[in-house]
Order: sequence, then C-alpha cells, then structure tokens
Amino acid sequence: MELKTFRGGLHPPDNKKWSDKKAIEVCPLAEGDELVIHLSQHIGAPAEACVKKGDLVKKGQVIGTPKGFVSVPIHASTSGEVIAVEPRIASAGTMLPAVVIKADGEDAWDEGLVGGDPDTMTPDEIKDKIKDAGIVGMGGATFPTHVKLSPPEDKKIEYLILNGVECEPYLTADDRLMLEDPESIVEGILILKKVLGVDKAIIGIEANKPDAIETMTNACAGKGVEVGALKVQYPQGAEKQLIFALTGREVPSGGLPMDCGVVVQNVGTAAAVNDAVRKGIPLIERIATVSGAAIAEPKNLKIKIGQPLSKLVEFCGGIKGDLGKVIQGGPMMGMAAVSLDVPATRGTSGVLLFAEDQVLKEPEGPCVRCGNCVRACPAFIMPTEIATMARNSMFDEAEKLNAMDCIECGCCTYICPARIPLIQSLRQAKGAILAKRRKV
Amino acid sequence: MISAVISLGGIGLGAAVILGLAAKKFAVEVDPKEEAILEVLPGANCGACGFPGCGGFAKAVVAGEADPSACSPGGSSVTAKIAEIMGVEAASAEPMVAVVNCQGDNQKAQNKYKYLGIQTCASAQMLAGGPKACPGGCLGLGDCMVACPFGAIEITAEGLAVINREKCVGCKKCVSACPRNVITMVPKSATVSVLCNSHDKGPAVKKYCQVGCIGCTLCKKTAEEVYAIDNFLAHVTYDTYDHEKAKAGMEKCPTKCIRDFAEGYPEGSSFQP
Repeated sequence: MELKTFRGGLHPPDNKKWSDKKAIEVCPLAEGDELVIHLSQHIGAPAEACVKKGDLVKKGQVIGTPKGFVSVPIHASTSGEVIAVEPRIASAGTMLPAVVIKADGEDAWDEGLVGGDPDTMTPDEIKDKIKDAGIVGMGGATFPTHVKLSPPEDKKIEYLILNGVECEPYLTADDRLMLEDPESIVEGILILKKVLGVDKAIIGIEANKPDAIETMTNACAGKGVEVGALKVQYPQGAEKQLIFALTGREVPSGGLPMDCGVVVQNVGTAAAVNDAVRKGIPLIERIATVSGAAIAEPKNLKIKIGQPLSKLVEFCGGIKGDLGKVIQGGPMMGMAAVSLDVPATRGTSGVLLFAEDQVLKEPEGPCVRCGNCVRACPAFIMPTEIATMARNSMFDEAEKLNAMDCIECGCCTYICPARIPLIQSLRQAKGAILAKRRKV
Repeated sequence: MISAVISLGGIGLGAAVILGLAAKKFAVEVDPKEEAILEVLPGANCGACGFPGCGGFAKAVVAGEADPSACSPGGSSVTAKIAEIMGVEAASAEPMVAVVNCQGDNQKAQNKYKYLGIQTCASAQMLAGGPKACPGGCLGLGDCMVACPFGAIEITAEGLAVINREKCVGCKKCVSACPRNVITMVPKSATVSVLCNSHDKGPAVKKYCQVGCIGCTLCKKTAEEVYAIDNFLAHVTYDTYDHEKAKAGMEKCPTKCIRDFAEGYPEGSSFQP
C-alpha cells in the first residue's frame, strides 16, 4: 500500500533507535528539590501568580490564574513551600516570571481535585475542565487546548486528527506513550470527539513506528477511531502537512485547520485530556525524551514541570564526552537552551545533548541559487528570497512573498549546501511582520 | 543603400525635432539657488538632514523649510556657503560626533551563550536579547559599521565598535542602526565620555564586565557640574561641560569606564587621537 504523505519536506536520519525501546521512567524528585515553574508556558497571555513567598502548596494546586481567553492556569507540580515569586531564567535565556517551589518530599495531592464522567457532562463542562487543568498542545507548541476546541459557530468541524507522527528525529516520547498507555489516548479521543461533535477521528502515525501503529489499531478497534500510517518524511507531523496527508485538504494561506473543517491534537494532549476530565488531574507532568550523543544513557522520562534540565541529565547518567549544545524540543524545531539550569516546561518534548563536534561552526557561504530550499519547503514559499528581504529589513516585501506561511520546520536550513541560517531570517521576518500588524 | 540612409536620417531628424520641442515645452524650472546649493553640498546623500538626499535638502533650504546648518557632514564651512547663497546670517551649530558607550569587548565582558547565527547585531539581539551578558553592551557584529556612509567606524579584533571622531560627521545613521542603543551623539569638543550603557546595579555589572559603570557616584562627587547618575549609570552633562572638571572625575573612576578621547581610543582600536 502506498503510504500517505505531503508535498515537499525531506528525510533526515531519525536516530530514534537510541531511546525507542526504553520504557518510560519517572524522573525522581527528592525532598528539598527546587522546582521553577514559569507562569508563561503556553502561547497567549501569561498567567498571574496567585501564591506568595512562604505559602504552602499541594500538588495540583493552582499557582497562576489565567488572564484572558487564550491563557491557561499554572499548577504546582508537587507539594511544598513557595520560596520565591520572581523572574527566573527561561530556556531562551530571558528572565520570565516564575513561582519557585521547594519540594517537601511528600508529593501530596490537592484534595480539591475531582474528576467527572464525560458521558454525563456537556461539551462546555468538559471544556471548562480542560481549561482548568491547564491543558495545552503537548507536541511542543503549547497552544491552549480549550481554544482549539472552541471553533466559531460558522466553522463546521468534520475531522479530529490525532498527531502521533513524531517526525522530529531523536524524540520517542509520543511513541512510548502510544505503546504504554493506548487506553488513555483512546478515551481522550472519545472525549475530544464529544466536545467537537465530530464522527471521524484519525490517528496519524509515521511508518517507522510499526509497534505503535499495531497497538493503537488494536486499542481503537470498535471505537470509531481510524489509524493512518504515514510515510517517514519530515515535517509529517506539522499540522497543515498532516491534514493534507490524511484528508487531502489544504489549509488556506493565513488560515487555521478549522478553516478546512479539521482540528488537530497531539496524542499526548488526548491522554492529558482524559486525565483532566476523568480524574481532575492538571497538567503537571509530561513525557520527554532525553537523548543525543552527549548523554550517557538516553531515556524516556516522565518529568515534573519545573524540574531543571540538569536533574533530567543526571538521572540519565550525566554528560558523556564534550557537550556542545543542548536543545529543548526536537533537533529540527527545538530551541537551544542557554544552560542546563533552565526548568522543563509544558512544551519540553525532549532534551537533546549534542557533542561538541556535532555543532556546526563553519561560517555560512553565499547562496548558490540551487533551489534546494524552495523544493524542500512544505509551505511552498521561497526561503532564500524571504531571507534576503529580511536581511535588508524589507519586511513588506517579505510579507508579499508569503513569509507568514512559514511553519518554521527548518527544512530549508537543513538542506542548504551553503549553511545559510535561513530559518533565523524567516523567524525574524515573521516577528517583524507580526509586530507591524499589532501596531496597525 | 540610398533609401536606407534617407529613411534612417529622416527618422533621426524627426526624432530630433520632437525632442527639441519637448525639451522646450516640458522644461523643469530649477531655482538657480537650488543648483548653487547643490554644488556646495558634500554630495554624500546620507540623509542626516532629514531630507531625501542632497537634492531634497537643497530644495528644502530654498523653500525655507530646512535650516541651512542642518547638513552635518558639511559642517560650518558648508553652512556659511549656503548662508551666503541664501543671503542670510549663518548660525553656527556645535558639531556633534557619535560615541559608542561601551568598552566591553570579548576580553573584558562576558557572554551568556555562544552565538553562531547570522552575523549581524540585529539578528543576534533577537535571540534572547543578544549573546552579551550585559543588556546594554556593544555586540560587535558591525551593523553600525555597515550603516556608516563615511567609513568612520571600525570593529576591533575583540569585537567592539569604535568611532573615529575625525571622520565622523554626525549623521546619526549608526545611532538608528544599533539595536541596543549603545551609540549616542555628543558635542565634538567635549572629549570625555562615560563608556558604559548598563543600568544594572554594581554587583551585577561586576559579574559580567571589567570596565562597566557600577554607579558608585565617585565621579559625581568629584565634579558635580559635569556628571550625573541616572539609574546606576553615570553620564556626562554636556550642557555644563568643563574639561578640567571632567578629567578630575575621570581620574576617580574605579573601573576606568570614563575615557578622554583626546588621550586615546579604547584598547584594540587602530584610531589615533
């Protein structure tokens, strides 16, 4: 059978063998450990701290209240004492407001957390539960889930697509989740289907995860959920590309998936939705892959939000050889972390440690007009042209060249024989265009 | 052969007549004053005056919209010539130069991460506020050097922008090119400047820079007329500038972040006073 896919893209070595057979382990938390929980871990308005220094908090207690619709609450990942409410360093090197909790080692749950039976709840009640639990897109983009589940009246949603593609090299967190907890995912999907009122749900999984495809197919049997096997091709897991591969529909330029009748959720999000609705458990833990050439023992970990990356690395046997670069997220789209002291957030799908000799240090060369970036671009834009405009601060021209269609997948930069950091220019152009739009 | 000569010659003649008539009919009246001013302007088209190039400036002067002394590259001699053409009294403006308020090159200041991306200050600044640990320090990737139409800026081997006070004409292009606002305009005659742009408190500055202003106020205590402290950062008050007093305050600076450009440019610079 011909596997479904999208147009453009490329196929980097997936490097998943290092961790894809490793069962998920819980990253331990000892008494006295400090958790730095940032108040802005999602796209949208940051939450506002509702605890102060000296307060005692329980696991799952709200410590940050949302401001606005596109925002979610933030919860304590463990029980303990709040020792500071102040700006702390975040992954990108900037100081962001955070609540620092000193763990008391008891890890005691907040007793106010109650679940419900999704069969007897109305869609709005379920959505409120999802919002209160702080559920965001677990693929890494961290867009508030309740917003995605609230399409305007005039947009009819026909498909719910579950993203189990995990096309980023190295990462195996979603793969392991599908193997170890398929029931939670399927239950979560059924809840999401009810909220959206759709009949069709498809789980997209790349063909390099045959075990996950089999497990999910068995778990979905008789539940009205399909499993779609997809060609191994990056960025198969990008929302718009995944929609095209599975349904043949194209999201219009500047539009959202709901414009073509689709809502996409990560499989991890589905499992989190299930926990939130049935048990009332907020998003305080997630699964992350720790891998790369500079880690002693690659693992899949269940981490607490706020644990410093150094703890994760320590649990995986520490650094092996010369550490060159730490990436939070996948190698294609993730961001370099300024140090191992930064905390894990709701978007930490992976922590990748690369060796010194794996870091590209050669300077960029001139563009040789080979067109590789244009062919590889899954959004059908011309990265090299837009990058040139961005470098000369010609952002209006960049906008005319559809810079805003860029999904920041990094294919152009990966394929460029002249090693031009095209994606940096594209991000710069997008940032400038957005800033200009906000001003108008 | 003959027919070719006649027909081409005829076309040429016809075109000449049309062009001749058109030149008469559509002639653009140029004020002779405007042409004369354009003659004396430096012709750098730098835009420092705020008009589109030297032509735009000449037009604006004739129209009375621009101050004749607004051409900073031309300086007082050009102002005098323009004033003569316009028949007005020349008002002398204090010549200004740009100063990079930073001495923290790669030897003296710490970086918080290694930057391997696009080698421009604007791009580097967008990644977590730039690789330099100091929030105000010079990134040394040369956006100002590229912007300078007069070749007055160099980047030292250790990554610090230095402006040549002799070549600088005060066009302010570098000021707008710098994403960290490190460059300020000062009167050329006042050679003493505080070369720091960090408003952080002393202990924080000491952590990342050997030559940063720690806000100790010693300079202000020594020469109150010349120095002011604003949010843990000293600066020279040029309105009440007095060279001797400024030097006295400079001698007291414990981190040597105050410099007299008459004595020398920052370390590593090829410029000579």
